[in-house]
Amino acid sequence: MEGNIKLITDDGLRLDGRAFNEMRPVKIQTGVIEKADGSAYIEWGANKIIAAVYVREAYPKHAQNIDRAIVKARYNMSGYSVEERKRPGPDRRTMEISKVITEALESTIVLEKLPRAEIDVFIQVLEADAGTRIASLTASSVAVADAGVPMRDLVVGCTAGKADGKMVLDLSKDEDNFGDADIPMAILPRTGKVVLLQLDGNVSYEEFNEAVSMMMNAMPRISEIQRDALMNKYNIEEGE
Amino acid sequence: METKQIVYPGDKIDTGDLKPRNGMYENNSEYFSEYFGVVQKSEKFVDIAPFNSPYLPRVNDKIIGKIMDIGATMWTVDINSPYYSLLHMNDTPWHVYSGDLTRYLNIGDYIYAKISVSNEIKESWLSLRDNGLKKLETGRIISVKPPKVPRVIGKSGNMINLIKNETDTKIIVGQNGFIWVDGDIENVKNAIGAIKIVEKEAHTIGLTDRMSEYLKKLKGEN
Repeated sequence: MEGNIKLITDDGLRLDGRAFNEMRPVKIQTGVIEKADGSAYIEWGANKIIAAVYVREAYPKHAQNIDRAIVKARYNMSGYSVEERKRPGPDRRTMEISKVITEALESTIVLEKLPRAEIDVFIQVLEADAGTRIASLTASSVAVADAGVPMRDLVVGCTAGKADGKMVLDLSKDEDNFGDADIPMAILPRTGKVVLLQLDGNVSYEEFNEAVSMMMNAMPRISEIQRDALMNKYNIEEGE
Repeated sequence: METKQIVYPGDKIDTGDLKPRNGMYENNSEYFSEYFGVVQKSEKFVDIAPFNSPYLPRVNDKIIGKIMDIGATMWTVDINSPYYSLLHMNDTPWHVYSGDLTRYLNIGDYIYAKISVSNEIKESWLSLRDNGLKKLETGRIISVKPPKVPRVIGKSGNMINLIKNETDTKIIVGQNGFIWVDGDIENVKNAIGAIKIVEKEAHTIGLTDRMSEYLKKLKGEN
């Protein structure tokens, strides 16, 4: 299959005109859902995702953790989010994504500050165009910060992969479908600790390192967008 | 006044000689913010005041709550918090018999109550046995974000008194962010509008003056 599709054009650019280490434009907005404790909307290239956070007492009572909070992220794709209608409801893939996002968020939220509570993160994918798990996680972490849930750091994520034998940053739909490998990664920017790392496909040790260093370079930019998103809601004039 | 520093989760806090208090975590004897908020330095302590955070019950807070459920001896009360609170029948000014709780407070009723007990797992109990604590019979309830409550009240209550006087309404502000407003329907509308503006512009400077102008203008139009 790889032989038939050209993912890198002759002048060394990708199909959508990006360089190897260029990301798609990212836009985040917070406070999009009035009734939620915190919410965020992200546009990552053609991905459009809404995340909403609710904090409440865990129910039923026997599900409560006496000394810390439970995190429950639920990733859900709309039927119209992909080219061919997605059958609604949880499936193997969405359950996996919900799980990895939950675990990434658990590592940053100060769970002991909210004993017996449950932090619900509802993620709705309105439009999908490769890299939704990372876009969802990036938006969820902004939504959690918007909700005022204590957290140690904002989770930042990015993807890289291999297309046409070249390592590229932030895979597009075609590169994801017809490329050789897809590596989503999320870190805590302050310490550089990795909270999510998956690999789908085949890469060599050197290629993997190249992908990681490319993603690490992109992280500060995404982190900056997250911070701007939080700030924009309050439109604070700095200083007095 | 010193400038306010805005911090994001994970930002390093320069505590200087002051003691770190709320909203920070320690790592290798350095302190980092847990919230998106502003750094507040007082004489002895440094705190992070979050822009938004859930209300957590604190003893002696006077709050407004909504009755959610009725048991044999206790009401379950929603206090605008992730955690429900409980009101025992003996902590009321009435002589309540077990199983006869609906005679006094029903589901959906609002109360102005005090948090009498709270523990480390955020369980809390309410009491109606104090001056001014009561069932709220008339009026309207609105909610603001809990961290905005001090701004709605203002320094020694000047903001809320301003709104009360200018709109000719009765207002009770619960520490949990529920606010009770009572009076003429038009006045209540105006007061609610004013409170919403205060909540939205809580971080701006000179809000009391602008509010006073805004309310005077409203009065002029009527």
